Amino acid sequence: MEILAKSADRNLLLELSGELDHHGARTALREMEEALDAALPRKLVLDLSGVTFMDSSGIAVILRARQKMQLLDGGLLVRGVPPQARRVLEAAGVNRLVTIK
Amino acid sequence: MRTKAVNEVTMDFPSQSRNESFARSAAACFAAQMDPTLNELEDIKTAVSEAVTNAIVHGYPDAIGGVTLKLRVLAGNVLELTVKDHGRGIPDVDKARQPMFTTGGEERSGMGFTIMESFMDKVTVRSAVNKGTTVVMRKKLVPRVKK
Repeated sequence: MEILAKSADRNLLLELSGELDHHGARTALREMEEALDAALPRKLVLDLSGVTFMDSSGIAVILRARQKMQLLDGGLLVRGVPPQARRVLEAAGVNRLVTIK
Repeated sequence: MRTKAVNEVTMDFPSQSRNESFARSAAACFAAQMDPTLNELEDIKTAVSEAVTNAIVHGYPDAIGGVTLKLRVLAGNVLELTVKDHGRGIPDVDKARQPMFTTGGEERSGMGFTIMESFMDKVTVRSAVNKGTTVVMRKKLVPRVKK
């Protein structure tokens, strides 16, 4: 699990890659929180194009991002969701809570 | 009732989170003999990942214990996946299966059983406090028409 953070003009882009399971989600949660605290963005984009596998651990990461952005009064967009991860998000109804492109 | 298996394999591993990836890959490799579609393989990997993660996180919250993964091919192209631990057990299985219920803190979403139920045809959970939990999942793979 790797996260590449790009921040500009209070927009934060986090590109996640690798396997987003329970093992990988710990790293993802920690690095996401650090990047959010450093950037305090108005808008957060989570790009999942590089995610090769995701289970419900990824849902916890996305819901945490949503909660943090609500505290910052900002927006969240999840994009580049691969088909397997999309089916996980849809089975859990996360697509009704978060904007997924 | 125990159904006779056409083929089966059993593996034991310690409840280290790095074994989540191993367990789902092993299940996918075993299922390959059933000529699954890519979607079916992904469903199998996802369900195994959820069950094994539950055993690791909830079965053994403060220790490393043994997890058993049993994979069986049953008649009619049915795959049976069993994940067993001898850990803490679940006091209330019905409650644990409800969406969004979790005792795992903010690292967990409480959607594990929902995902297993959504991706498998049948999910059975047996658990006893301080004895352990067994999750049995079955999925019928659709035979592909040979051209």
